[in-house]
Amino acid sequence: MNPEIALPILIPLMSGAVSLVFWRSRPMQRLVAVGGTVALLLTSVWLLASVSREGILVMHMGGWPAPFGISLVADLLGAIMVVLTGIIGFAVALYSLATAGRGHEAYGYFPLMHLLLAGVAGAFLTGDIFNLYVWFEVMLVASFALLILGSEKPQMEGAIKYVTLNLLSSVIFLIAVGLLYGMVGTLNMADIARRLVMVEEQDMVDALAMMFMVAFGIKAAAFPLFFWLPASYHTPPVAVSALFAGLLTKVGVYALFRVFTLIFHHSPGYTHEILLWGAGLTMLSGVLGAAAQFEFRRILSFHIVSQIGYMILGLALFTPLAIVGGVFYIIHHIIVKTNLFLVSGIVHRLRGSYQLKRLGGFYRSHPWLALLFLIPALSLAGIPPLSGFFAKFIVIRASIEAEAYGVTTIALLVGLLTLYSMIKIWAEVFWKSVPPEGDVDPYPEVRQRELWLMVAPVVGLALCTLFIGLYPAPIHALAEASAAQLLDPQSYIRAVLGAQVEGGP
Amino acid sequence: MEPLLAVAIGILFAAAIYMMLRRSIVKLVIGLMLLSNAANLLIFATAGMTRGAPPLVPQGLTAPEGAVADPLPQALVLTAIVIAFGVLSFAVVLVRRAWEVVRADDLDKMKDTDT
Repeated sequence: MNPEIALPILIPLMSGAVSLVFWRSRPMQRLVAVGGTVALLLTSVWLLASVSREGILVMHMGGWPAPFGISLVADLLGAIMVVLTGIIGFAVALYSLATAGRGHEAYGYFPLMHLLLAGVAGAFLTGDIFNLYVWFEVMLVASFALLILGSEKPQMEGAIKYVTLNLLSSVIFLIAVGLLYGMVGTLNMADIARRLVMVEEQDMVDALAMMFMVAFGIKAAAFPLFFWLPASYHTPPVAVSALFAGLLTKVGVYALFRVFTLIFHHSPGYTHEILLWGAGLTMLSGVLGAAAQFEFRRILSFHIVSQIGYMILGLALFTPLAIVGGVFYIIHHIIVKTNLFLVSGIVHRLRGSYQLKRLGGFYRSHPWLALLFLIPALSLAGIPPLSGFFAKFIVIRASIEAEAYGVTTIALLVGLLTLYSMIKIWAEVFWKSVPPEGDVDPYPEVRQRELWLMVAPVVGLALCTLFIGLYPAPIHALAEASAAQLLDPQSYIRAVLGAQVEGGP
Repeated sequence: MEPLLAVAIGILFAAAIYMMLRRSIVKLVIGLMLLSNAANLLIFATAGMTRGAPPLVPQGLTAPEGAVADPLPQALVLTAIVIAFGVLSFAVVLVRRAWEVVRADDLDKMKDTDT
């Protein structure tokens, strides 16, 4: 019995329930927010430790054996993602103590945050495709409510697009699950993978694979389905933006990785070729969108899109090295992107604006903040020796080895344009002098204690980036081991279904 | 029975997509409702329909006799209905709040956050 498989889902659910009980008590809710996310982080590290020691761990909920009940499956990729969820959850919870206003907290900011984390962790750990749909919905409902906390006009406009497209993708996902069930008669992902080989109409399987690709592609914000992301991510309170930027699209990417390595890996010439095109166009359109923007968070939002392209590229090439690169990229990206959003929040807190042209002079007034921005920004662009360099290096090397030169060119070009965007922010916000009076909003009051709470998670995440960059060996080994697991679906199937695989269905 | 249901599902999908492509956000939500219902019916239909054979275990036996209807798709549909209900009620409230804030029922008037 391994309780650590279920705990990363149960802890946020429990913390959410407890903070609902203390609906009127602000201090208690804050305490539970920090305590719950610390507990989540600790158990997720425990989970990762036991998965890397013992291999794929499986828990059958309610004691029902594998294809009948719902199984929770923790393989290395799932465990890594849960650890990242813990890190981001903790960082954002700390940061929220300073930024979540009284109004947001009164409408359930912290319970919703816990619920979102539970949904994300559940999606990473479930081994049942319908259960994955349910966790997606848990996550979505929490994110809907977080997105509109405060009810400002841009939030409403962004939320309508976000809600519509995400509901559409959920419906497509649901239909695909239903059709898949009609075809193979099971919902357990390992069992599906085993039976799908025996289905006669492989064309139908390809059609289903496309439905899953579209459904997860919308969630992951891949080309051409990403328009909801830059329209909505810059509207909510900044801690929410950071949480979404770090985790939500990556759940879509994770689902793509899971489904296209475990279930639909039989005709890579068709599905993975389309993924490859999608990856290239995602990178390019995201980065070009960012080049046209002059708002801090909106530039970062477009860069989420372009970075998603690199991860999907890793999956699409489908060589061992490329999958290693994809996993490494996810690890690097979640930390760095959340950090950039948190920095943008500090800038906004100090100067009251996200517009680049109203900002300036930070290098003179807050040199430490300039340094804290530079670490994740250069890492995002892939400057050695930061984490992004190794992530990009592995993916690009894999694409050269796979002789996909077109996509390699795009990936290199996008790296350059990412650097351009980051330099644009650097030059406008940090380097140029403060704009003349009248162009600047009045500076808000910031208490020292709040500032510390906001800076602490940024420093922590920046240290993670530096650590991955300066000492990438352990993370690389982890990515390599998880890629090996992903490319060997038989081990996953054996772990879930146990001995009955030998007998056939 | 199946062809009839297939046609009905097709019409539902067509109506849903037509409604979602309108500019009015109220019609958008109606489109989403039709869409989720179409999906539920589709799941119900694809898993195969067996008439007059409820999956009941007769007394004294441990398994039902002969071919029976598969109860699992119905459980899926039930779950999906509940989820869709929750999400759509959120969408309805969102549309109302959006109308209060933006004072428009027109998606073309909600482009401030796009570019």
